Amino acid sequence: MDLTEVNYVIDTFFTLFAMTLIIFMVPGFAMLEAGLVRTKNVSTVLMVNTMIYAVASLGFLLIGYSIAFGDFGSDSMSAWAAFLFQMAFVGKVVNIMSGGVSERARVLPLALFTVIMGSVLYPIIVNWTWGANMLEGTMLELSMYDLAGSTVIHSTGGWALLAAILIIGSRKGRYPKEGGVRVIPASNVPLVTLGAFLLWIGWFGFNGGSVGSIASKESADAVALTIMNTNTAGLAGAIVVGLLMYVQYRKLDITMILNGALGGLVAITAGPDLYTIYQPIIIGAIGGALVVFAVPLFDKLRIDDPVGALSVHLVNGIWGTLAVGIFASNGDNITLLGQLKGVIVVGVFAFVVSFVILFIINKLFALRAANDEEMQGLDVEECGLEAYPEFKRAF
Amino acid sequence: MKKIEAIIKPFKLEDVKDALTEAGITGMTVSDVKGYGRQQGHSELYRGAEYVVDFLPKIKLELIVDERSVDETIRIITDAARTGKIGDGKIFVTSVQKVVRIRTGEEDEEAI
Repeated sequence: MDLTEVNYVIDTFFTLFAMTLIIFMVPGFAMLEAGLVRTKNVSTVLMVNTMIYAVASLGFLLIGYSIAFGDFGSDSMSAWAAFLFQMAFVGKVVNIMSGGVSERARVLPLALFTVIMGSVLYPIIVNWTWGANMLEGTMLELSMYDLAGSTVIHSTGGWALLAAILIIGSRKGRYPKEGGVRVIPASNVPLVTLGAFLLWIGWFGFNGGSVGSIASKESADAVALTIMNTNTAGLAGAIVVGLLMYVQYRKLDITMILNGALGGLVAITAGPDLYTIYQPIIIGAIGGALVVFAVPLFDKLRIDDPVGALSVHLVNGIWGTLAVGIFASNGDNITLLGQLKGVIVVGVFAFVVSFVILFIINKLFALRAANDEEMQGLDVEECGLEAYPEFKRAF
Repeated sequence: MKKIEAIIKPFKLEDVKDALTEAGITGMTVSDVKGYGRQQGHSELYRGAEYVVDFLPKIKLELIVDERSVDETIRIITDAARTGKIGDGKIFVTSVQKVVRIRTGEEDEEAI
C-alpha cells in the first residue's frame, strides 16, 4: 500500500469511529428525554427517538444526501463512510426537534414531518453550508463558518421545535389559567444524567469527526484540539450553571447543570478547531449561563419545552455560531456579520418552512393527542406498553 | 389485643425496629405511604421554579400487641422515632377482635 492508500484507510476508519460515537447520541437523547418526562410517557418518548432516527436516516439515504451533496462520492475516504457520517447527523436534528414536544405529540404525524425534515428540509440547509451550495453567486450565499453544526444542526432542530411547540401548544395544566407555571418534575434523574453523558461522549465524534481527516500530523492535531475544546466547553457550562443555580437558589439542580453542560457543548460546536485552549472556557460558560436564563424565559412566554431543548440547542446554536465571529474572526472569510447572516438565513428558512409543513400536517392529521389520551399518558395509546407497569400491577 | 399504627419518618425505621426488637416485641408490617399533617408538605426547586410537594414520603408501621404491652410499645416507638422536628409522625391505637396464624390455626394471643 502506498501512503495515499494508508491515509484513505485511516480516514475511513476515523470517520466510521466518529459516526459510531455520534450514533451514541441517539440513546443519549432517548435517556435524557425519558428521564425528564413523566413515567406515563416514557415508552412513547423512547419509541419516538427510535422511529424518527430510522425514518429520517432512511429518508436521508434515499433522497437527502443527493440534495445536500449532489452525489455519493469522496476521494479521501470510502464514499460510504462519508455518507454514514453525514447520515448520523440527521438523527440529531430530528431528536432535538422531537424532545420538546414530548408528552403531547402523536407519533405518526411527527414521524411524517421527520421524513420531510430528514429528506428535504435539513439537506437543503446542508447544501447551502457544507454541500453543493446552490446559493453560490446569489445574494444569499453564506460565508458562515460552522464546523460541526451549531447552526446547521442545533439551531435548525431548535427552530423546527419552536415551530412545532407554537402549533401544538403546552402540556395540559402546565400554565394554569390563573397564571404562573405548574412545575412538572423529572421522573428519573439518573436517566437524565446517563443521557447527558452519552450525548457528551457522542459530541467527541460529532465535532472531532467534522474535522474530516486525521491521517496527517496537522489534522491529527486539529482533531485532538477540537475534542479538547469540545470537552472544555462542556465542563465550563456545567460549572457555571452550578454556580448560578447556587447563587440564585442555594440549590445545585442537577438537571439544569446537565443542560448547562450540553449548552456549552452546543455553543462550542461551530468552531472548536479555531479556538485557543482558553477561549472555550468563556464560550461554554456563556452557553451554560444562557440556559439558566432561557429556561424560565421560555416558561414566561408560555412555550412549554419539557426537556429544555430550545434553551440548549436553539439559543446556544445561535450563540455558538456568533461566538466564532467574535473569537475567531479573521476579517477575511470569517466575520461576525457573515456568521450573523448564516444564523438569520438558516433560521428564517428552517422556522418558516417547518411552520408551514407542520401547520399542514396538523390540519390533516392532528399533531396533538386527545385530552384524555394525554391525561392517561401516551404510552397506553401510542405504544400499548407502559415503561413502568409495576406501579399498578403486582405480577 | 391492640393494633398500633405508627406513621414515622422513613429514615427512623431502622431505629424503631431495633428498639422494638430489643424489647422483645417481634413482628411488624411496614408500608411506604405518603401524607402530610400540620406542616403541609414542603417546597422543592426544579429548573429554577419552586413547587410544593404536598404528600411527603412516610413509613407506616403496623403491629399487634397484647393489652399489657401497649404503653411500653408506644413509649419505645415515640423515643426511637422522635427527632423533635416537625413531621415526626403519629401513633394510632385500635382494638383488634381476632388474630389467626394461618400456618397453625392458633388464635389470638398465641398467634401474635
